Amino acid sequence: MINRQKLIGGLGGVGAALIALPAWAQGTAAPTAAAFVPTAEMVNKGDTAWMLVSSALVLMMSVPALALFYGGLVRTKNMLSLLMQVFMIVSIASLIWVCWGYSLTFTGGSPYIGGLSKAFLQGVDASTFAATFSNGVYIPEYVFVIFQMTFACITPALIVGAFAERVKFSALMIFVVAWLTVVYFPIAHMVWYWAGPDFLPANPTDAGLLWGMGALDFAGGTVVHINAGIAGLVGCLMIGKRIGFGREATPPHSLTMTMIGASLLWVGWFGFNAGSNLEANGVTAVAFINTYVATAAAAVSWALVEQFRHGRPSLLGAVTGAVAGLVAITPASGYAAPMTAIVLGLVVSPICYFFVSTVKNMFKYDDTLDVFGVHCVGGIVGALGTAIVANPALGGQGVFDYTVMPAVIGTYDMGGQLITQMKAVGITLLWSGIGSAALFFVIDKVIGLRPAEDAEREGLDLSSHGERAYNY
Amino acid sequence: MKLIIAIIKPFKLDDVREALSELAISGMTVTEAKGFGRQKGQTEIYRGAEYSTNMVPKLKIEVACASGIADRAVEAIQQSANTGAIGDGKIFVLEIEQAVRIRTGETNNNAL
Repeated sequence: MINRQKLIGGLGGVGAALIALPAWAQGTAAPTAAAFVPTAEMVNKGDTAWMLVSSALVLMMSVPALALFYGGLVRTKNMLSLLMQVFMIVSIASLIWVCWGYSLTFTGGSPYIGGLSKAFLQGVDASTFAATFSNGVYIPEYVFVIFQMTFACITPALIVGAFAERVKFSALMIFVVAWLTVVYFPIAHMVWYWAGPDFLPANPTDAGLLWGMGALDFAGGTVVHINAGIAGLVGCLMIGKRIGFGREATPPHSLTMTMIGASLLWVGWFGFNAGSNLEANGVTAVAFINTYVATAAAAVSWALVEQFRHGRPSLLGAVTGAVAGLVAITPASGYAAPMTAIVLGLVVSPICYFFVSTVKNMFKYDDTLDVFGVHCVGGIVGALGTAIVANPALGGQGVFDYTVMPAVIGTYDMGGQLITQMKAVGITLLWSGIGSAALFFVIDKVIGLRPAEDAEREGLDLSSHGERAYNY
Repeated sequence: MKLIIAIIKPFKLDDVREALSELAISGMTVTEAKGFGRQKGQTEIYRGAEYSTNMVPKLKIEVACASGIADRAVEAIQQSANTGAIGDGKIFVLEIEQAVRIRTGETNNNAL
């Protein structure tokens, strides 16, 4: 009962969406349409419970999972700086989300960004509803606000790995507020905003730009991973290399922590991907099993690459492969079948390995924790792969046509879908790349992006936060 | 009195300790150390980035004993820490000018 679909027609009369401000999430009843009113009977307790659990799981992906995954990979003197950056980004992003993020992302307005009609969550209360992917099925709007909040928290937190060990804390926090506003909310709106299955037939143009184009992104391959990955690459290029990069050894200080973090990411990702179905049903289980097996396959294939290349498979390689697999299956999780999900997982690891080992060395950029090599590259592999694995001829789930009511599975054009996916990837890369570059540039000019050289050498834990990770 | 300093492979500690106990030497100080000699280091690989570590982990043990048994102690360490492979370590022997047991104030051989 899921899936995004290709809208018929252009993106003309979005003005209609502005006339009637929605009383419920994503819902915009056109003046001419017979008013469809979601009622409390359309809310299922099982769906609500599952979505709240999923939201908590996705929060766990940021703290502690991502923080530990990243923290273990840096040197002892910078451990706390990574933990602190992730923790504060989550805290700040949560506040930004309820103040204006939710409104800018999930109200109608333009194909590029929503409006401010729900800023500070005005009009949202325990009796308002958000649409799912099924006709006549709703979840409480607060549940949707919470679930999406966790995505807005983890996405900027992913970026910090690219310039770990050398960023000024205050500058980073300002960057996050600005980046969410001008990059994340618009892209999330473009990919995920639509009127909902009960409203789209009457308002066929009330959707974000990429949704309207028919781009498929089940759980955030473009919105989260490509978006954060390219922002990280831009950041690491503009901030510059660490002092001593390429000359001093910078081995991970605790792969134990990294393994704990990666494992918690895997668990949390079930909330991220299966939760993205917004209901608890068969397709939720599809997303769950795909997430499970694609990750396992990617861990195996990364270990195999290392076995052949170095003769010794490493733990860091295995967990990096697992994360690459999680990233790749994210946009495809609700569309693939388990066997095609495994293929996607097997394919993504060698490609990411090539980027983090060969391409990074070739161009000498200091993407400290491989945010670009794993998240952006893995996200692109997943976004393009989605067009293939969604194909019903390969066991995929196909794509629903929501312009009719009730929605039915439409015909599937794999070649056309692949081109649409490429466009979505390209728009995300450009929007996030250019937007991030502009923000980094301005912040660097105004307050500076890097700490003083001595502070960087001493380690950010002491110089930025006045404490040490380990006192033996 | 002699101070025997031995750099050994970490997993040989128990063998060395047993060999010294047979000589009735009942005390030693052990420090985790890193260093290099002829043994080359190892290569560590993190996501394809190779680091060659030329410092190898070792244990440094220090034993103070009466001059009369120093030669036998050195021999015991040499034999018990030996694997025949490169990187087995080194033994150094130094003269001790004075020794004091802190608890009782006993000095020299009585303090060992």
